[in-house]
Amino acid sequence: MNLILVTFIILLAFTSYYFGRKKALVIQSSQRLTALPKFYGYYLAAWCAAPALIIFALWSVFEPSIVKTFILQDYTDQNLTKNELQLIYTKVKALAAGTYTGNITNFLDESANKYIQLKGIANSAKVAIILAILIFSLSFAYRSVQKNDRMREPVEIFLKWVLFVASLGAVLVTIGIVFSLLFEAIRFFQAVKIFDFIFGTHWYPAKTFVRDGQPDPELMKDAFGAVPLFAGTFFIAFIAMCVAIPIGLLSGIYLSEYAGRDVRKYAKPIIEILAGIPTVVYGFFAALTVGPFVKEIGNAMGLEVSAESALAAGAVMGVMIIPFISSLSDDVMTAVPQNLRDGSYAMGATKSETVKKVIFPAALPGIVGSILLAVSRAVGETMIVVMASGLAANLTMNPLESTSTITAQIVVILIGDQQFGDPKTQSAFALGISLFIVTLFLNVIALSVVKKYREKYE
Amino acid sequence: MSKIKAENVNVYYGSKQALFDISIDIAEKEVTALIGPSGCGKSTFLRCLNRMNDVIEICRVEGSIKMDNLELNSRKLDVVRLRENVGMVFQKPNPFPKTIYENVAYGPTIHGIAQSKEEMDQIVETSLKKAALWNEVKDRLDEIGTGLSGGQQQRLCIARAISVSPEVILMDEPCSALDPIATAQIEELIDDLKKEVTIVIVTHSMSQAARVSQKTGFFHLGKLIEFGPTDKIFKNPDNQQTQDYITGRFG
Repeated sequence: MNLILVTFIILLAFTSYYFGRKKALVIQSSQRLTALPKFYGYYLAAWCAAPALIIFALWSVFEPSIVKTFILQDYTDQNLTKNELQLIYTKVKALAAGTYTGNITNFLDESANKYIQLKGIANSAKVAIILAILIFSLSFAYRSVQKNDRMREPVEIFLKWVLFVASLGAVLVTIGIVFSLLFEAIRFFQAVKIFDFIFGTHWYPAKTFVRDGQPDPELMKDAFGAVPLFAGTFFIAFIAMCVAIPIGLLSGIYLSEYAGRDVRKYAKPIIEILAGIPTVVYGFFAALTVGPFVKEIGNAMGLEVSAESALAAGAVMGVMIIPFISSLSDDVMTAVPQNLRDGSYAMGATKSETVKKVIFPAALPGIVGSILLAVSRAVGETMIVVMASGLAANLTMNPLESTSTITAQIVVILIGDQQFGDPKTQSAFALGISLFIVTLFLNVIALSVVKKYREKYE
Repeated sequence: MSKIKAENVNVYYGSKQALFDISIDIAEKEVTALIGPSGCGKSTFLRCLNRMNDVIEICRVEGSIKMDNLELNSRKLDVVRLRENVGMVFQKPNPFPKTIYENVAYGPTIHGIAQSKEEMDQIVETSLKKAALWNEVKDRLDEIGTGLSGGQQQRLCIARAISVSPEVILMDEPCSALDPIATAQIEELIDDLKKEVTIVIVTHSMSQAARVSQKTGFFHLGKLIEFGPTDKIFKNPDNQQTQDYITGRFG
């Protein structure tokens, strides 16, 4: 029903576009148009689609809760809790849809009938109202077209609002996500002290699992210390950057300054392919190839190496990040004006001197930006760590041991069975918002660094 | 006295020939102007004199260019030494995104000319004075060179070029991006500099060529049509094409 209605509105909008344009051509024969004919079409189409769709959307949002209020009115005298009322409403809905299998009481049956009836009324009312609005707005718009009113401005204003609503939507969704993270995290911090979370050195949420009743507060105190996770996250990101920054920068310099046109044409896409490999592929590459390899080498050297080492995960993550750094730094160095190179060569500088003293400093803001972007990507990376670095949150600075990261622990917490309202589940939100704050912080620094250097060099 | 002697220079960009049999004698401590319509090859020729054409992959230079009997167009030539001796100033001012001081100190640092900080300070000061920029920037040497005005930037580039005491300075339309006042300052500067250095200047402005140069060469379609004392070229040229160009009938 809804689908038919929306399709109808959209089809009508298309039709009115053509109709409006045709009408403009008719007007053109007797008087000067106020805009191009297509604006007459847009004007009619916008008046046709926008009011009807807005009412339709509002109706769809509010109808269920209004119907619910009507149904539950009959139950107000029974002194039921909110959850019980919700349960009854679910039963009524299931009964109306014919999928209810429990005991059917008379009362329930009556409610279901009432529900079906209400739904029917609502549907007819919706169709009637929308048709009325369509007729109303179309005839209003048609009158303006007939009078040859100014067409360009209303269309431009309409487009401005469409764009505004789109960006507002994007912003609101982001804010919504942040707030839902925040609220769950706050509930977590009601169970666990924020101090224990930030400064605790033991992460072992499974310990708090109790079959029934509340877990022991003493246990809670010691189970949610996030220090090992933060340490692990930054440690693995650090290893990754140790691999990615030198290789990425050097290959970026080679591509932009040394490689001939042909080499660049083929090498650059190949490096960019690295960025297109799904991270899960990197993950099993790290777990099945690099991890055992590191272990073997280590054992041969007489070191004790865990099969899931931070080194393996970090190194593979570094490989994953190389294309970001090399491709971005190649771009910013290529963008340095040729006349700076000429100026340097004309002074008798060699290629490497020119790169070191002119090109690199001039491109530095862009390079720093790309590195910080890569760091925030490394901090947020999940799959490689889950697969290659283990899930035990060890607090260690030994690259040969296994360690875990914030992202990996969120995965561990949320896969399998979980109970909402359990501190263990809620801790995922607390970790999520900490991660969000860290990456936000990195991005802000990146932007301000880039801005500062840009002021200096431009 | 001849400083640079070019004989039968031919330049190709890929399969396209850009210069045809250019032979020219550039006299020491004089200003030689190269004029001609756009795309006539005057800049290409200028770039042969400090081997800047090496930067362009598809460019090939044939013939002989001698500076003080040293063959420039030879594989064995040390390009770094050559460019220390032959400075260049470009059409668009191109100071490095560094401080004014670092811009001037760039050449001396690369070529290891200054032994101490005091010596470097001295070189920077002398160069900026010679480029008539010292009084304007002496209190802000640690500001970024790109923050100066267009004319100041171009004089900074000239200071950078003379910081390594070259014997020759090549100028590729150095005033085409500048306003008349800045242009006048640069022309005055050229007049001063020619006491110590040989200058070759490519210019679109014939009045500029007439004002600053002692010798003028007229290029057209990759050929050197006429070369001689500036007075003669502008007042009584031998060639009809030169006459037409000077009087503004084409170009």
